[in-house]
Amino acid sequence: MCTVCGCSSGPKIDGQTHAHSHAHEHDHAHSHGADHDHDHHHYGDGAAGVSVPGMSQARLIQIETDILAKNNAYAASNRRVLTALEAFAVNLVSSPGSGKTTLLCKTIEALGGQPLAVIEGDQQTSNDADRIRATGARAVQVNTGKGCHLDGHMVGHAMDDLHLAPQSLLFIENVGNLVCPAAFDLGEDAKVAILSVTEGEDKPLKYPDMFTAAKLAILNKIDLAPHCDADLDAYEANLRRINPDIIVLRVSARTGEGMDAWIDWLRAGLRAKARP
Amino acid sequence: MHEMSLAEGIRQIIDTQAAAHGFARVTTLRLEIGRFAGVEKPALEFALDVVLRGSSAEGAGVEMIDLPGRALCYDCGEVVEIADRLDPCPLCGSGKILPQGGDEMRIKDMEVI
Ligand SMILES: Nc1nc2c(ncn2[C@@H]2O[C@H](COP(=O)(O)OP(=O)(O)O)[C@@H](O)[C@H]2O)c(=O)[nH]1
Ligand SMILES: [Mg+2]
Ligand SMILES: [Zn+2]
Ligand SMILES: [Zn+2]
Repeated sequence: MCTVCGCSSGPKIDGQTHAHSHAHEHDHAHSHGADHDHDHHHYGDGAAGVSVPGMSQARLIQIETDILAKNNAYAASNRRVLTALEAFAVNLVSSPGSGKTTLLCKTIEALGGQPLAVIEGDQQTSNDADRIRATGARAVQVNTGKGCHLDGHMVGHAMDDLHLAPQSLLFIENVGNLVCPAAFDLGEDAKVAILSVTEGEDKPLKYPDMFTAAKLAILNKIDLAPHCDADLDAYEANLRRINPDIIVLRVSARTGEGMDAWIDWLRAGLRAKARP
Repeated sequence: MHEMSLAEGIRQIIDTQAAAHGFARVTTLRLEIGRFAGVEKPALEFALDVVLRGSSAEGAGVEMIDLPGRALCYDCGEVVEIADRLDPCPLCGSGKILPQGGDEMRIKDMEVI
């Protein structure tokens, strides 16, 4: 899927990933030859930036920095903006086709005059933002190109473009991908995972990172459950096995069943952001 | 997952450090990767190989230190070490546990000249 991001490292053939075999071709870069062992030996865990006696200029620099520090800083800045506006932001994550955009269109209708805006993330096209704008809501499309997730920086720019009204709801539809968006904080108040009943009861177990990170899971397309022998209790049990705290709502974006509980949850989230 | 983005994050941190500390070359880079960070190590090695080209860390040795997965057990209240997210609590056998650590991805330190 994401060749550029290195994600899932290309097709797996007989358990061998492309990246794995490739890494071996570049073994020189990672191996620790005699030279290196010698160096390493003397360094230990010395203080930050201290020269090691007897070693030509060699030093050990303590970094202790999160690899995603830059993204996290953007996310923190987005979060400050949202807090100042008393806005409530949700990051909708799912595999492609689980019904994020459909659910959003129905949610916007159900929310009536509530101030809100939508950030749409997709690799290509502005189809989803067009679908949202057709409801009358404000939407910005972010195309990530080959990128497999939205990041804090993209969302910050999109928020600037949206000029959010105070006490808005902000919906961020992430790129359809059950893996990568889990690690990237956007500054949202909650990740909401959408799982449709045609995807299989075991998906929470197969993609645990996303369901661990989510506060709420929407089990969507329950109108289809009778047609595909979906066991809704099994979906819920597997979600709870991965994340005992997760809230699960059973919804059909098509028929509107279960939408009330979702709208209530959104309104409660918004109220919780209000300053006394 | 997004190992290329991670590699780019690592390069940014190294570039910033190079400007601050004025070293010529990174010889070894040590990363700490939590068991549940979702990082595929061979993919990250490959991505680093590409992304660090032309930086002060081109050709640096990369060591990845595994950090254990930890979880809070809802039944016995202890924080326990687990190898897999689906493992039961090693103390009381409960299946109701919430991962609490193990999603770290950090640059720990680097050896420079
Ligand atoms: N039967 C049924 N179909 C749905 C429901 N929600 C979405 N869909 C359909 O699922 C398909 C993908 O929906 P879309 O909103 O584009 O998914 P996204 O990729 O997650 O944004 C479309 O054909 C929708 O009409 C639902 O609750 N029930
Ligand atoms: Mg969509
Ligand atoms: Zn990816
Ligand atoms: Zn226990």
